[in-house]
Amino acid sequence: MKTGMTLERLGGVNLLPIALMIVALPLIGSFSSWATLTVAGLAMGMMIFLMASGLSLVFGLMDVLNFGHSAFISFGAFIAATVLAALAAWMRADSVTLNFLALFAAIGAAALFGLVAGWFFERVIVRPVYRDHLRQILITIGALIIAEQLLLAIWGGSPLPVARPAILEGSIILGDVAIEVYRIFAFFLGLTVFVALYLTLNRTRIGLLIRAGVENREMVESLGFRIDRLFIAVFMAGSALAAMGGAMWAGYQGLISASLGGELLVLVFIVVIIGGLGSIEGSLLGALMVGLMGNYVAFIFPKLALASNMLLMLAILLWRPWGLRPAITH
Amino acid sequence: MSDYILRLDDVHTDIGQYHILHGVSLNVPEGGVYVLLGRNGAGKTTTLRTIMGLWRARKGAIVFRHHDITTLHTSAIARLGIAYVPENMGIFGRLTVEENMRLASTTGRFDETRLKRIHALFPAIERFWDKPAWSLSGGQKQMLAISRAIIEPRQLILIDEPTKGLAPAIIRAMIDAFREIAADTTILLVEQNFLFARSLGSNVSVIDDGRIAHSGGMAELAADSALQTRLLSLSLDAHQ
Repeated sequence: MKTGMTLERLGGVNLLPIALMIVALPLIGSFSSWATLTVAGLAMGMMIFLMASGLSLVFGLMDVLNFGHSAFISFGAFIAATVLAALAAWMRADSVTLNFLALFAAIGAAALFGLVAGWFFERVIVRPVYRDHLRQILITIGALIIAEQLLLAIWGGSPLPVARPAILEGSIILGDVAIEVYRIFAFFLGLTVFVALYLTLNRTRIGLLIRAGVENREMVESLGFRIDRLFIAVFMAGSALAAMGGAMWAGYQGLISASLGGELLVLVFIVVIIGGLGSIEGSLLGALMVGLMGNYVAFIFPKLALASNMLLMLAILLWRPWGLRPAITH
Repeated sequence: MSDYILRLDDVHTDIGQYHILHGVSLNVPEGGVYVLLGRNGAGKTTTLRTIMGLWRARKGAIVFRHHDITTLHTSAIARLGIAYVPENMGIFGRLTVEENMRLASTTGRFDETRLKRIHALFPAIERFWDKPAWSLSGGQKQMLAISRAIIEPRQLILIDEPTKGLAPAIIRAMIDAFREIAADTTILLVEQNFLFARSLGSNVSVIDDGRIAHSGGMAELAADSALQTRLLSLSLDAHQ
């Protein structure tokens, strides 16, 4: 009891990623390998957070099971790759400003697509099936299949190489530890988005409405607010974040194919489930755990790499059936 | 006609395949507490939810002042000045007491005079102002739900079984609070607790099996034990 209270005071489940890092160090044995894997895991976690946070809010606030979420990730990746290719001269220029302009143009284009496509998706695909989970699953999986076919029709079936801006190429060497610059950038971009989302949710009236809506939609309407308009805004923002995450993932992988979104969807759902529905903090925790676990297990027990995140989900759900930081528990 | 703040005319409501309200008609006068009594499952909550637009009337009309609100969206009904305190209180447990109150204010800001009045009515609201609402007791949650309903001037407050599960001391505090609130707002109160309802209501309707079985003055019902027995044990007899 006393230990539990002390742990809660220290941060409770927020300490899990740190605990995982500490446990991994002796198992890996080498500090430089551990540091490289940790940075890779944190960067990966932040990118998955971008993709998962929107889905978690959509799930929590709207009670919508959107299997089409990964279409936004895929399109975000391909749109970013196309913009980066079109701005190749800026990418290779010996100018930090041009490098970043190219990168932000790519991320911005992906996010803009996510906003517009999210609006269309909510209006046309999701709206007719609110409150009907079976139909939501069927129609959003159908939309995902169509989206993947559209990707193949537009960009072809061959994997698409993705260039990185010159400024984000290479690594920083700290003693024996080599840290990829792109990973550091991905980590800080994810962190910035998290802080922005956190402040929006906790310091603004719209955030207050979203948090209330996640708990009790009906009561928010009874207080005089149009929750359906809030739904559209959250859906659009969630889709834009997914596209942004896809754009960052494209640069991280360097080579993308139409199946990228579908492959990431499993990870994104694991993050949403272990983090707890409707919670940004839960999504961040879940994403960091998934990123770190994936990298550590692939190094320590390569044969378990594919199963590692499923095992993580199993363990967390046995311990906390509603996830680490759920916003709703019903 | 204009003396009535709310009129329900032959309202029918279905929930799924079940026909719950079978032509409810009510005339709620302006001011005071109007009580809707009835047993469990008689249609009291459905009546309030239908007024709020949370369930749609299949047939009939609901008129608030001169507005036909039968098909209006719940949020639009609330913006006309109708507050709703549901049976489960509708508290946002993860928000603080202050955040719960702030949501109920149209501008997000508080009228200090009203806030002081609420603090005087329910001191626990001030005491737990920055605490998460889930940490409140059942009675305190009910106080928060009612405080939220009166944080701005409302014309009509719909309250669903506020005494359910509360200790007698808290119920007595509720009676005092409702009397004060009813001085400048109309309350439509759904209750099973006749003693509580009798101490507040000026007018009463009894609903049974989705139909209004009686409407009249509360004094008349309170004074006539034969009528009470007939109306309030009506369903018991009918369903035996």
